[in-house]
Amino acid sequence: MRCRALLAGALALLWSIGVSAAERAPVAQQVLHHGNGSEPNALDPHRVEGVSANNIVRDLFEGLTGISPTGEVIPAAAAQWTISEDGRIYTFALRENLRWSDGSALTAEDFVAGFQRSINPATGNTFAQMLSAIDNADAVLKGRVPVTALGVSAPDARTVVIRLAAPTPYLLGLLSHPTAFPVHRPSLEKWGRDFARPGRLVSNGAYVLKNWVVQSQIEIARNPQYWNNANTVVERVFYHPSEDINAELKRYAADEFDSTYEIPLVQAKALRVRYGKELHVAAYLGSYFYGFNLSKPPFKGNPKLRQALTMAIDREVIVGKVMNGVALPAYSYVPSGTWNYTPQVPDWAAWPREKKLAAARRLYAEAGYSAANPLTVELRYNTHDDHKRIALVMAAMWKQWLGVNTRLINEEFKVFLQNRKLHEVTQLFRSAWISDYDDATSFLDLQTTTHGRNDSVYRNPAYDALLQQAATTADIAARRALLEQAERLLLIDLPVLPIYTYVSKHLVKPWVAGWQDNSYDYHYSKDLQVLAHPERRAAR
Amino acid sequence: MMRHAAKRLLMAVPTLLVLVTLTFFLMRLAPGGPFDRERSLPPEIEKALAAEYHLDESLPKQYLRYLGNLLQGDLGPSFQYEGFRVSELIATGLPVSLALGALAMGLALLIGGAMGILAALNHRRLPDYGVMSAALLGVSIPSYVVAPLLVLVFAIGLRWLPAGGWVTGRWSDLVLPVMALALPQISAIARLLRGSLLEVLQQPYLRTARAKGLSPAKVILRHALKPALMPLVSYLGPATAGILTGSVVVEQVFNLPGIGRYFVQGALNRDYTLVLGVVAVYGTMIVLFNFLVDLAYGALDPRIKTA
Repeated sequence: MRCRALLAGALALLWSIGVSAAERAPVAQQVLHHGNGSEPNALDPHRVEGVSANNIVRDLFEGLTGISPTGEVIPAAAAQWTISEDGRIYTFALRENLRWSDGSALTAEDFVAGFQRSINPATGNTFAQMLSAIDNADAVLKGRVPVTALGVSAPDARTVVIRLAAPTPYLLGLLSHPTAFPVHRPSLEKWGRDFARPGRLVSNGAYVLKNWVVQSQIEIARNPQYWNNANTVVERVFYHPSEDINAELKRYAADEFDSTYEIPLVQAKALRVRYGKELHVAAYLGSYFYGFNLSKPPFKGNPKLRQALTMAIDREVIVGKVMNGVALPAYSYVPSGTWNYTPQVPDWAAWPREKKLAAARRLYAEAGYSAANPLTVELRYNTHDDHKRIALVMAAMWKQWLGVNTRLINEEFKVFLQNRKLHEVTQLFRSAWISDYDDATSFLDLQTTTHGRNDSVYRNPAYDALLQQAATTADIAARRALLEQAERLLLIDLPVLPIYTYVSKHLVKPWVAGWQDNSYDYHYSKDLQVLAHPERRAAR
Repeated sequence: MMRHAAKRLLMAVPTLLVLVTLTFFLMRLAPGGPFDRERSLPPEIEKALAAEYHLDESLPKQYLRYLGNLLQGDLGPSFQYEGFRVSELIATGLPVSLALGALAMGLALLIGGAMGILAALNHRRLPDYGVMSAALLGVSIPSYVVAPLLVLVFAIGLRWLPAGGWVTGRWSDLVLPVMALALPQISAIARLLRGSLLEVLQQPYLRTARAKGLSPAKVILRHALKPALMPLVSYLGPATAGILTGSVVVEQVFNLPGIGRYFVQGALNRDYTLVLGVVAVYGTMIVLFNFLVDLAYGALDPRIKTA
């Protein structure tokens, strides 16, 4: 019995090595099982939060634009569009015969209603600000004008017109986000905010919601009313919440999942060896950095100290040893791969390590610290093994090269968020940002004086002015230059200490065709298909 | 008897009220709120969300509102799982936890009981040492080690059983979680029963029973087991309540939709209503099983009943 099992395993392995994806034929039963991180908070596109929930909502709904498997903006519900010369009026022509999953016609009015609901404060959409580029959006959000004053209109059933307050070159990418999805008005009227449940949810994407068992699985099935249903292959998709990253990996190893939400960092090297091409690692629009609280000592008015700490850390070691290679070392705040942007890297980034350390020591001394009078600083991070490991290595580097005494303070996430926001007890703190849309402003705006996430209390009128100017500049090249100039300023003032750029990391079975890595980390089920997989040996 | 039972159950009401009240206010003392997140929210959205969940009202008013709803059987809306009522989440999750817990406890009683008797009857002999060593291992190895090991062997290695997941009616989903839940209980029950049986077996009345020529089986099952069950019954009350309301570790490792995980996740997400709901269920279970333990005491030892 054991010999037979071993033989079967060996044959399956040989088969999987010998047969490339190109040689596999699609299977009749097109079903996918995805490990999907945390349980979605909602499936209402205007209330949805987090990557896990967005993965499902993108299958259920469709905006005016979409993202191709390689990460380009492509037409979705809109077949085409035109942009006015001043870059402030976008006119979208919807595809013919668009339908909701209940068979009713999907019109431009549904998109207008979607935008209006999304921005309406009463909806409680935590992503509403993403639409602030639209004319009157801020006034609507503040309740100064009615939602009908929003700059989105439907001159006829197949035309959506969006008027912008200022040119917004990233608008097309932003429209692929759930916050810009349409709403089925009769469902909303009938069920109120509880419309996004199985048996009630009417959607316009490639899939419809079939079943939702909280903490177990969400099942979606092909939507026969979808305009491109003829080219959709996968029949049913199961999204399994999997907060325990190791449990998810085990289910993948047992062939129960076709893809994972992520991988355990500490096992990255072993997984690379074991799974080879099944491990997909790709640049992702996210920055991991530490923030300095500029409103309190020791960092207030002490740019040399901030510079010294920034130069003394070895990012290659952090990425290579702590992150096991599953990240990219970052010297810039805006991640590489951002659309129409070159991240600004300080000159010293290319220096040899010894030269960097010598400069760091000199700056540390000029800031008033020495071996006899070392800096003692508190570093706060939220409870997480990876954050802890990074903090330990950072503290060790500062101790070794500068003599800094770092006190690590580990806080539960909500406590940490509150402390970071209050700016009272923080000195040095962990931070990160994952972009909502592919544009440098998604990162740079955070450091403006009035931004709610300016946890460093960074105040530089010149920086604010550059971003303000960029926001009203229609010329893409000029806008880019302004944004790059703003980042250069930021890297001189250093309210933040860039550490690494995120990467997306998934395991994907070789029989899943159509999965391509992209910087959005979007993988629509409609673009995938299941190929033959006789080597699969799941117990069920 | 009935009066005593009714009195005990009535006493449970103020106990649960104190429990819910304490939990309500302790949760609010924790820093941060349900809508704190990495992203900063515009004040208008924060206000709208607070109003939606009545968080803009004073704390006493929120408390009275919660109690009023509770009396009508409504545990309120979940903050984390939008559109779901807490009672709905518990109604879906509790049967899963109950099924797993009941099976695990049944299995633990059966195997642990047999092991305990076997060890007591073979005191200081090989079976005793064998059972006690196994029980020591079972008690010492935590479920977060046992559960992944079971998955590694039976799901990934042998491919006999699923590594996780839950589909109603599929028995194979139950096997590994039940084993992981039962193992520590088997050990605890075996050790407890062995200890108490050894003590009872020293009693003079059992020497008399044996001297009268009763078979060993009769001596154990009819005369020794009943008084030896007393410490076990005391243990079983809270242990059963605990195991029936779900295990955070086992549910996470096997991706099970029970209510055990809601404790931790609810607290971390400041999902006030969800935590309160789960605490109320857990409190009720504890009260209920302690009550059953008291009844069992009476049945096992008539002196307690008369007292």
